[in-house]
Amino acid sequence: MTIDSQQKTSKFKWGEMDEDDDLDFLLPPKQVIGPDENGLKTTIEYKFNDEGNKVKITTRTRVRKLASARLNKRAMERRSWPKFGDAANEEAGSHLTMVSTEEILLERPKAPGAKTDESKAGGDSLSQLGKGGAVLMVCRICHKKGDHWTSKCPYKDLAAPTDTFIDKPTTGETSTISAAPGTGKAAYVPPSMRAGADRSAGSDMRRRNDENSVRVTNLSEDTREPDLMELFHPFGAVTRVYVAIDQKTGVSRGFGFVNFVSREDAQRAINKLNGYGYDNLILRVEWATPRPT
Amino acid sequence: MRPILMKGHERPLTFLRYNRDGDLLFSCAKDHTPTLWFADNGERLGTYRGHNGAVWCCDISRDSSRLITGSADQTAKLWDVKSGKQLFSFKFGSPARSVDFAVGDQLAVITSDPFMERTSAIHVKRIAEDPEDQIGDSVLVLESPEGRKRINRAVWGPLNQTIVSGGEDAVIRIWDTETGKLLNESNEEVGHKKTITSLCKADDDSHFLTGSLDKTAKLWDMRTLTLIKTYTTGVPVNAVAMSPLLNHVVLGGGQDASAVTTTDHRAGKFEAKFYDKILQEEIGGVKGHFGPINALAFNPDGKSFSSGGEDGYVRLHHFDSDYFNIKI
Repeated sequence: MTIDSQQKTSKFKWGEMDEDDDLDFLLPPKQVIGPDENGLKTTIEYKFNDEGNKVKITTRTRVRKLASARLNKRAMERRSWPKFGDAANEEAGSHLTMVSTEEILLERPKAPGAKTDESKAGGDSLSQLGKGGAVLMVCRICHKKGDHWTSKCPYKDLAAPTDTFIDKPTTGETSTISAAPGTGKAAYVPPSMRAGADRSAGSDMRRRNDENSVRVTNLSEDTREPDLMELFHPFGAVTRVYVAIDQKTGVSRGFGFVNFVSREDAQRAINKLNGYGYDNLILRVEWATPRPT
Repeated sequence: MRPILMKGHERPLTFLRYNRDGDLLFSCAKDHTPTLWFADNGERLGTYRGHNGAVWCCDISRDSSRLITGSADQTAKLWDVKSGKQLFSFKFGSPARSVDFAVGDQLAVITSDPFMERTSAIHVKRIAEDPEDQIGDSVLVLESPEGRKRINRAVWGPLNQTIVSGGEDAVIRIWDTETGKLLNESNEEVGHKKTITSLCKADDDSHFLTGSLDKTAKLWDMRTLTLIKTYTTGVPVNAVAMSPLLNHVVLGGGQDASAVTTTDHRAGKFEAKFYDKILQEEIGGVKGHFGPINALAFNPDGKSFSSGGEDGYVRLHHFDSDYFNIKI
């Protein structure tokens, strides 16, 4: 076999070649070594690349024996069947079959007890928030709390239409519009600024977020959000972690914010971590100053 | 588990089938070439060249020597499994949608689609021992009462006495294979509301599972056609499979192919969903496909399953050991 191919090459003259002629017969045959005791199979192929250079392609594949593959006699025989169709002249590097790099799990729809765990982990303030949500459900017709929404009210037809749904351009309601900043009738007034709007709720919310926000400065460039999370979550439930990243360079700007669910946790984190050596720098942890409003 | 990804097809998968011994996996796709894979490591063993249209379905004889495929090129072909050579071609005037070998591999049932003035029909062909003697004549032709509606799947009942069919008219029918008479129809009240896309028999032929675009899969008694269980899922069901080992059923689906590009793949729910067969409760989902799942098959040993998607991939999953002790 090898002698044959040598003879061929000796007879071969470059000048007689057409450009498009297949040079494949010049290549040494494909070699398959193994699989060895470690399950490594080596395939050596030769090929001409686009520039006409001979390229040696060595592919190492791990042949894994799948656990307890008990094959019967006929299946064993089929193992050694020669490949046919398109598979017969398949290149070693074609990678038709790959093992997923991703670990796929059978995802349970709801792990047992998952719901109760969540509410416990949420802490006091979150559960209070949940209760507040229930009270939010107030029917505008019969003023019953937490039972049904306005649209589902059983007394819908009995009650007189409430004034919230009707424009009353002629009555005193217009005074709110004219009283609002801006002179024209068409001036837009955000709902929170309108008369009767509960302004305290909005500002409360804002303050609550800011209060539990902790600023971390003097971070090293390599510190990312997951690192901060790892650093701060032992102190209590963390709602948000943010590290400022320079938009252009993509490098950390050396500071970040961590929001806690409860104020006490945040205070403990500040007490403990202010002046803490992290990644050869000394952290500075303090309350984020509320923005001037 | 780390699934094995097999990218042998360039078009969406349509059907998957294991052989009886569970060492070979056959895949059909819209790209004309059914492909044979080793079912343990996913290595490609060969392809069957000769079809000139999408291949909708295939079946493998019990001794793994013959393969039959049904294709949109209006033929059903018999193949030699080992060499990939075509042995015979049954010609129809319309696409062949479903094929199934009878017990004993002497007969095969092939369904043909409604096409032009032709109505959908179920053909029973005799499979000769020697491919030289093979003839294309039908032993029996069954005409569906709803001839304009496609029959998506027809399989043999117990002891080849009946044929069970389901299709676009959402009715499951049981036919007598001796006389060709319609024996039973599924109850309209409890039956599917939309197209039946898939049908899967239990190993012992006592019951079967159907999947439908009405977002449910139903388990039926094979003899009496009484509804046993219903599995409700959030998406149209394209493929169903039953575990031969545990009391699990797997449903695969996703939203319509036309809506795929406009939605996020996380919203598409392209997962194979496992349900407890008896309690009808969801056990879990296996994600990974980037398109709806069109084909599902369980290895006869029940320790692995494969899914084929609109994305052109076959994903072969060998279960982790903890799968076998899942408790509801």
